[in-house]
Amino acid sequence: MNLLLSTFYAALRLSTPLIFASMGGLVSEKSGVTNIALEGMMTMGAFFAVIGSYITGNPLIGVIFGILGGGAISVIHAIVCIRLRAQQTISGTAINLFSTAITSFVMFKIFNKGGQTDLVTALPFMPAKWFSEVPVVGSVLRELNWFIFMSFAIVILMQWLINRSVLGLRIRAAGEHPKAADTLGVDVIKIRYICVILSGILAGLGGAALSLSATPLFIEGMVAGRGFIALAAMVFGRWKPINTLAACIIFGLADAVQIMAQGLGWNMPSEFYSSIPYVMSIFTMILFAGKAQAPKACGIPYTRESDK
Amino acid sequence: MLTELRMQKINKTFASVRANIDVDFDLKKGETHVLIGENGAGKTTLMNILYGLYQPDSGTISIDGNEIKITCPADSIKHGIGMVHQHFMLVENFSVAENVVLGNEPRKGRKLDRKKARQIVRDLCARYQFNLDPDMLISELSVGKQQKVEILKLLYRDADILILDEPTAVLTPTEIEELANIIHTLNSEGKSVILITHKLREVLTMSSRLTVLRNGIVTGQMNTTDATVTKLVNMMVGKNLALDVNIPYHEPSEKVLEVLDLSVRDSQGHYVVNNFNLCLRKGEIVGIAGVDGNGQSELLEALIGVRKIDSGRIIASSADISSATTLERISQGISCIAEDRHKRGVILEMPLVENTLLGNYFRPPFAKGIRIDYKATRKVTEDMVGRYDVRTPSIDTNIMWLSGGNQQKYVVAREISKPHCILLAAQPTRGVDIGAKQFIHEQLVKERGEDKGVLLVSTELDEILALSDRIVVMYKGGVSGEVTRCDANEQLIGRLMIGQHEEG
Amino acid sequence: MSKEAKRMLMIGAPPIVSIIVAFLISALFVLWSKDMRLGEYFAALLKLVTIVFSESFSTKLKFMEVLVYATPLLFCGLAHIICFRCGLFNIGVEGQFILGMTSAGIIGQFTGIPAILQVILIMMTGVLAGGIWALIPASLKALKGINEVVICIMTNFLAMHFSNYVALRSNIADVNATATFMIQANAQLPRFNDSSRLNISTIVVIILAIFVYFFLFSTKRGYQIRAVGLNSFAAQAGGIKVNVNIVLALVISGAIAGLGGALHVAGVQHRLISVAGFPGYGMDAIAISLLSNRNPVACIFVAILFGALRNSSRMFQIEGIPKDTVYIIQAIIIFFVAADLISKYLKQRSRTK
Repeated sequence: MNLLLSTFYAALRLSTPLIFASMGGLVSEKSGVTNIALEGMMTMGAFFAVIGSYITGNPLIGVIFGILGGGAISVIHAIVCIRLRAQQTISGTAINLFSTAITSFVMFKIFNKGGQTDLVTALPFMPAKWFSEVPVVGSVLRELNWFIFMSFAIVILMQWLINRSVLGLRIRAAGEHPKAADTLGVDVIKIRYICVILSGILAGLGGAALSLSATPLFIEGMVAGRGFIALAAMVFGRWKPINTLAACIIFGLADAVQIMAQGLGWNMPSEFYSSIPYVMSIFTMILFAGKAQAPKACGIPYTRESDK
Repeated sequence: MLTELRMQKINKTFASVRANIDVDFDLKKGETHVLIGENGAGKTTLMNILYGLYQPDSGTISIDGNEIKITCPADSIKHGIGMVHQHFMLVENFSVAENVVLGNEPRKGRKLDRKKARQIVRDLCARYQFNLDPDMLISELSVGKQQKVEILKLLYRDADILILDEPTAVLTPTEIEELANIIHTLNSEGKSVILITHKLREVLTMSSRLTVLRNGIVTGQMNTTDATVTKLVNMMVGKNLALDVNIPYHEPSEKVLEVLDLSVRDSQGHYVVNNFNLCLRKGEIVGIAGVDGNGQSELLEALIGVRKIDSGRIIASSADISSATTLERISQGISCIAEDRHKRGVILEMPLVENTLLGNYFRPPFAKGIRIDYKATRKVTEDMVGRYDVRTPSIDTNIMWLSGGNQQKYVVAREISKPHCILLAAQPTRGVDIGAKQFIHEQLVKERGEDKGVLLVSTELDEILALSDRIVVMYKGGVSGEVTRCDANEQLIGRLMIGQHEEG
Repeated sequence: MSKEAKRMLMIGAPPIVSIIVAFLISALFVLWSKDMRLGEYFAALLKLVTIVFSESFSTKLKFMEVLVYATPLLFCGLAHIICFRCGLFNIGVEGQFILGMTSAGIIGQFTGIPAILQVILIMMTGVLAGGIWALIPASLKALKGINEVVICIMTNFLAMHFSNYVALRSNIADVNATATFMIQANAQLPRFNDSSRLNISTIVVIILAIFVYFFLFSTKRGYQIRAVGLNSFAAQAGGIKVNVNIVLALVISGAIAGLGGALHVAGVQHRLISVAGFPGYGMDAIAISLLSNRNPVACIFVAILFGALRNSSRMFQIEGIPKDTVYIIQAIIIFFVAADLISKYLKQRSRTK
């Protein structure tokens, strides 16, 4: 029982980077811009979070650096996809390449070595002592960290933003029928910029959640495809925030199973466990293929009549 | 409230095309003013400038004597101008209310006030007697209702000038009457309406003044009461062209295409073709008439094999091709001039030579073993270009550089040149200049003379009436009536188009 | 300027300008990495260019090394070209290449097979491994319309993990190295001389490039693939079966990538080495195929250029410039090509004349 519970907590912790990133992917795609650059944005976030913590010794500054890192690279994706109207999947691939290169480059410059950085200060694991003293849920709260609370908050915020706010209506219009929105005076271009940069910020936060938690350092390749799994979660969740959250937790479980298996003394090669999230993602996409409804204009660059 | 809108000396050029040349247009309060002209005359361009989607190269716009600057739709909305486009600008999976308020949403802080939005829609509907449910999704509405939502968008923004671009193209005759009433009500409230159309009939019944555009220039302006069809055609086209093709008598022979109880469903499971029956013989032209959206497109897709049929059979020259592939049907002798030439007819980024291979790549002389015989293909292409007067710099030019009329002539050439016994022609003269239109009509008649079976699908009733030996009217996916050439007239076909079956 | 010359300029200029701009921007990174001042920009740029050229083209041996890198890049580039021409983005080339490597690592262990046969066997299994691996995204796209990009990314990771398993934990894994045992001598491809790893796979790939060119532009199947890539609706109306061609394009692409991987192991590495991340040939090749304007013959030369870049990365490191500069150059090139910036600019200029 204990093993199951600790696996569940591990799943929650492991899913936070996914939750942040998938919310980022969601807001970008809802506005009509495909974003397979989440991986690169998370990489930037993870790396710069470590840099921030390294320079100042303060992990909160690290988180802010992470957010800025993800946001900065998303500006490039935004310009290339929106202003220059490039094919969005190719731009995303270039962003991923660029992020890996830049982070290695800067790591070499600052730490004078490749592969991984030094250890830095992590975000405190436990929010506050009194959390664990709350009756009933105290034992649960004790196992969670700041990132988990933040991620749930962001999901709720995203749900409200997309479905209840005025901006959300305009975002959805920009993703479904940008021309209709344009003719009504809605600035589709501005909205798409906002959403892509927001996705960079969120993915950057996801990267920070990855690098500033249990083992606070940055290793090359540590994002390991999580940016893409976040996309699969978004498809699983049919581009809806709460469903996507559930999908992320399920994927987090897949990651956590490895720990549980070791606890049970199962003797499978580590590559087997590493493969589980990817296999799950594939099956997810197969199961939810036809029923999933991406925003209609997603992936298609928008040209204003006056720009033609 | 507006007294007068004036557009003066408007000029707009796109690349090398002069769309508007020194155009003057004015609008009085409370009137309906029609802007007419052939496809490509510049009507939509002018109105897009008024609505702020384009910027004029020169010229002024003024309201009540004051010059105004319109740089984007938001500006024109502020000045009380609204536009309903030919292709609706509605978000399919938003509700009526969401579509109406988008861009000018009632708010509670940052939150969307849905309750208020619904109330706004209900109030407007009551005032103009629209029968719309604010929560219904656009995808669930009929085309006529969707148009009403578009008009609601303008009324919500207190538009005093409403621009309607080709509003009647997709309506049934009853819906057209409803629209006329709505326009009347708007006029009586002091609102002005600008109608863009190329349909002469509506011009005469719905407006008080009209302006005619041809090739970007205003060729005439008058009160509707002073206008006649002849005068209008003259101004639109420059010559007194009656839609008149000489159809000699020709005896049709055996059946070449039979459609038996055909039913086709769309992606939502609705029947778009419903127990459709048709018989086409060699040496005749059968015209399929009907308002756009009654299943004609899907019928054609089913006939060429790009759409799966639900039930029923298609028999071509006594062979059942109901489940045959497109390739097999082409080999069987079915040629098709597709409805949307940019989508199905040609590959724009390929040169004419390679476009010739569409529908031909698998057989001699175009194919030699696993390879394509480009030499032979070039020869055929040059031949076609010469015989069908396709104006192009060379056969290696990408077909996107040709004019619409020449692209269509090329498609007609290609399809007729294939060995075939059936020719499906869908909207063959859509977006094509008068000269090419005449030419294409002549080719269709020639086909008939050579004992081919021609199935003509068109929303242009004049075309159907002029060319068809028999007319089949399509309504809601089925046949609402069949009329021979001698019995055919506009009123009868019109009634059949709205589903009223032939009276005794 | 004559019309033909103008057309050539419109096609040839964008790739060349992209490369030049990429170098110009990367020179800034060189400045930063070596703590040079802005005034020394041109010195940095010169250093960048000279390293690349001297490391790659100054001696015959160095050029042979460039070709060693260029060969797998060309295989992957050709794989990408076939899919791009069909309107697809086969980001799974990376994984298909890896599986080809894995299959060669396995087949190469068998003893007692005559050399020619073993090489042929390796090539065949490479083709099969890559082709079958590509069948996963291909069939999912054809049957269910699932976008191939995300599926391919997933299969790339699966291929990498499987390959690592074989290299580290299977019974052909060498416990003293993070790789399998060396493959048999009979499986190893003949080399041109003893001081270089250049082998006959380079000849194979150049012949393949010419073959792909003829395939795409002279055969019925090539026409169909291109038609589907430009306008699948018109292709369908013209009798072409869209799904069949999509699957074929992906499978052929995977087969070429798999062949490349197999020959890379058989010719260069001589065993399957485990990897911490992706070897990257498939990813780099995206830039190569785009830059060559999806033309198989042009791809040969672009692959050589990228091979030169990769080859120079060691020298970069020695000179104190991080080797990732190479990837920065690549990413910038992809941005430019993806945005089609230069052609758009040229078109604007010609329109306003």
